[in-house]
Amino acid sequence: MERKLLTKDSYKLLISKIISGKYQLVAPVKVDALVDFRRIKSADEITEDYIVTVSSAKSVAFPRNEKLFGFEKNNKKLEQTDFDFDSIPHTVLLGVRPCDAMGFASLTSIFCWDSVDKIYTTRLERTIIIGMSCAKADASCFCTSVKGNPGNTAGNDLLLTKTPDGDYITEIVTEKGAKLVAEFYELFREDKGAEKEPLLANVPEVFELDGILAKINSKFDDEVFWSEQAMRCLGCGACAYVCPTCACFDIQDESHGKTGQRVRCWDSCGLSLFTLHTSGHNPRQNQGQRWRQRLMHKFSYMPDRLNTVGCVGCGRCSRACPVDMNIAEHLKSIIDN
Amino acid sequence: MNNIQQKTKELLESGACTLIIGYEKGTGGKARPVFVRKAEHAAKLIFDESCDQNIAGYLYRQEIKNESKKAIVANNHTLKSIVELASENQIHEGDFMVLAFTAEGEIIELKSFEEIEKHVATLYHGLNDEDKATMQKIEAMTMEERWGFWENEFSKCIKCYACRASCPMCYCPTCTVEINQPQWIPVPSHTLGNLEWHVMRAMHLAGRCITCGQCAKSCPLDLPIHLLTYKVALDSEQYFDSVAGTSVCANNVLATFKTEDHENFIR
Amino acid sequence: METNNNNSFEPKVVAFVCNWCTYAGADLTGTSRIKYAPNVKIIRFPCTGRIDYMLLMKAFANGADGIIVSGCHPNDCHYTSGNFHARRRWMIFRNLCDFIGMDMNRVVFSWVSAAEGAKWAEIVNTTVDTIRQLGPATSFQKLIKNSVFEEVGNE
Ligand code: SF4
Ligand code: SF4
Ligand code: SF4
Ligand code: SF4
Repeated sequence: MERKLLTKDSYKLLISKIISGKYQLVAPVKVDALVDFRRIKSADEITEDYIVTVSSAKSVAFPRNEKLFGFEKNNKKLEQTDFDFDSIPHTVLLGVRPCDAMGFASLTSIFCWDSVDKIYTTRLERTIIIGMSCAKADASCFCTSVKGNPGNTAGNDLLLTKTPDGDYITEIVTEKGAKLVAEFYELFREDKGAEKEPLLANVPEVFELDGILAKINSKFDDEVFWSEQAMRCLGCGACAYVCPTCACFDIQDESHGKTGQRVRCWDSCGLSLFTLHTSGHNPRQNQGQRWRQRLMHKFSYMPDRLNTVGCVGCGRCSRACPVDMNIAEHLKSIIDN
Repeated sequence: MNNIQQKTKELLESGACTLIIGYEKGTGGKARPVFVRKAEHAAKLIFDESCDQNIAGYLYRQEIKNESKKAIVANNHTLKSIVELASENQIHEGDFMVLAFTAEGEIIELKSFEEIEKHVATLYHGLNDEDKATMQKIEAMTMEERWGFWENEFSKCIKCYACRASCPMCYCPTCTVEINQPQWIPVPSHTLGNLEWHVMRAMHLAGRCITCGQCAKSCPLDLPIHLLTYKVALDSEQYFDSVAGTSVCANNVLATFKTEDHENFIR
Repeated sequence: METNNNNSFEPKVVAFVCNWCTYAGADLTGTSRIKYAPNVKIIRFPCTGRIDYMLLMKAFANGADGIIVSGCHPNDCHYTSGNFHARRRWMIFRNLCDFIGMDMNRVVFSWVSAAEGAKWAEIVNTTVDTIRQLGPATSFQKLIKNSVFEEVGNE
């Protein structure tokens, strides 16, 4: 893979050039005590002090609320305004962790399964992903258990790895990445060939993925197993909403007076309402069944049907969970039981 | 072995209990709720300052209601919630055992709602210093500043409902956010819908919020939404002399009235 | 208080009233031929006890500039105690709204009996005047307009 070097000064310059150019820049920003993605106006807003952002980067391609079309009633006539593809901005997404970057492949497999979701794909096509390798990890990280690693290039267009001098090793992963480098070629230097591995966090493997893939289906009918796992789960949407690969959504019509819009917004299989029928029957009656769905979807249905694992090991769900439902630990117990 | 482990081990061994709801050490050393069924697992249980999560909500979960002999390891928040839930007839005396702690850290068994009430009466009921300071800061703001502050906070809410799920007082089988004919609270998490959601939630907790702050502790985006329910709690106390979680036979503030209730704004 | 000198602004005021007192009172205003501002849209409820605070939120969320809530005087409720319950609810609600920075000058609460046709006219007229001074409820209008973010970072 072709490598370049971006000195710390040119890194800042690159950011300001991106902002003043035709792109909007989305990067990790300190929001009070948290770090989350925001559209930024200056390089000073960016922080590098985070393991992962609270929310995943998915909202760049799959925003939490998206207007699909608008409607307006004029003298009994209904007029519709279609989705405006020109409104989708060209975006540079900076500071994405390798796990998050890998998440887009899972999302794409869902949004392009049988019919292609044009809004999602256009948003993603117009996004350039500049990843940032992880120099530190925490107890919730487990990317190495799901075929990722803290310096994984997959899913990124460029991947930066910070050297002890504060410069960035730049790996050019895709054509898109190469184009961006070409656009700002004067900022990039020849790479000095520093070793990347020692700069990365050490993330021990928690479980063996193949073991889980082989065993999870046989666990499906073990209701006691799932209900014991989900005993403390409260049935909220936190885990799904922060997850880079969770793609479930709801469609809602909203109107104010004579105008309205159809909106796509996030939904979660952890919420009991998700499967509630109009009749009052709920095929997933308890949290055990809902929790099973979460794990089965990611580790059985997606691998079987879409040829991808629905988890990239970012650990966000565990961090966001009000009762610490540590997913890696629960997965491991599938092998152990 | 400390006394919580010893005590619960005995309960499980003797068959006095078949399930203990308590705390264990979770990811990165954080405390989390745990359910222990076997005496040999009693060693998982912990109780220290890190166990500040309010776990009273588990008591009315169907899976747990089905268990006949259970005990709950209750911190002060959990105890107050038990009192409040009892006053609302959501839990019943004798359905579970309560293990609490004296100020010296000694484990005690509270055998009736009356005993819990008495124990709760010895506890501190006000806000902590940090929350007090933030409340004061917000109240000192101009109207526009307050609106700006909350608009910014509400804009971050992803409507994951972790706050609702973790609040023991939010036990409605069908929450207002799930009423969709017509849709009461907008489903998308835009600021307007989030504002409606949080006003609704706070109003529903008037006179019922025991000020444990669990909602805000559960929020992945750190919204200080506990201040909204604290506001209604403080007003309930000031106007109607009602402090949630202190009396098993309390009448709910908004379900009762006094003819002499005094206001100064109705023309 | 925001002020507004734009004379072309016509406030939209929604009145939530109970059937037995204020609605009848407003009727009397009409039969007594007392004139009052036409800016108010009256919504009739069986009782003030039924006027959910979320309806007030909905009125603002749908573009109201001001709100009147009115019912029977204490001790006069057709259902004995609906207005006493409502009063408690408003005491809490009003303070909560104030705490989040809503302008409570836009929400008027009153007791208007079936015999108080003149009082109803006065309540409506003074409310419309106040709202005219305050101008449109721009803070809510901004939220309505932005009720969908299309991109990350617009939040
Ligand atoms: S399931 Fe959890 S760990 Fe896996 S990708 Fe989603 S948020 Fe990350
Ligand atoms: S696992 Fe945690 S975050 Fe997910 S639904 Fe359960 S309580 Fe909520
Ligand atoms: S927990 Fe936080 S983000 Fe989730 S619904 Fe509540 S306030 Fe919103
Ligand atoms: S928000 Fe209100 S309706 Fe929903 S669960 Fe809580 S108390 Fe019940």
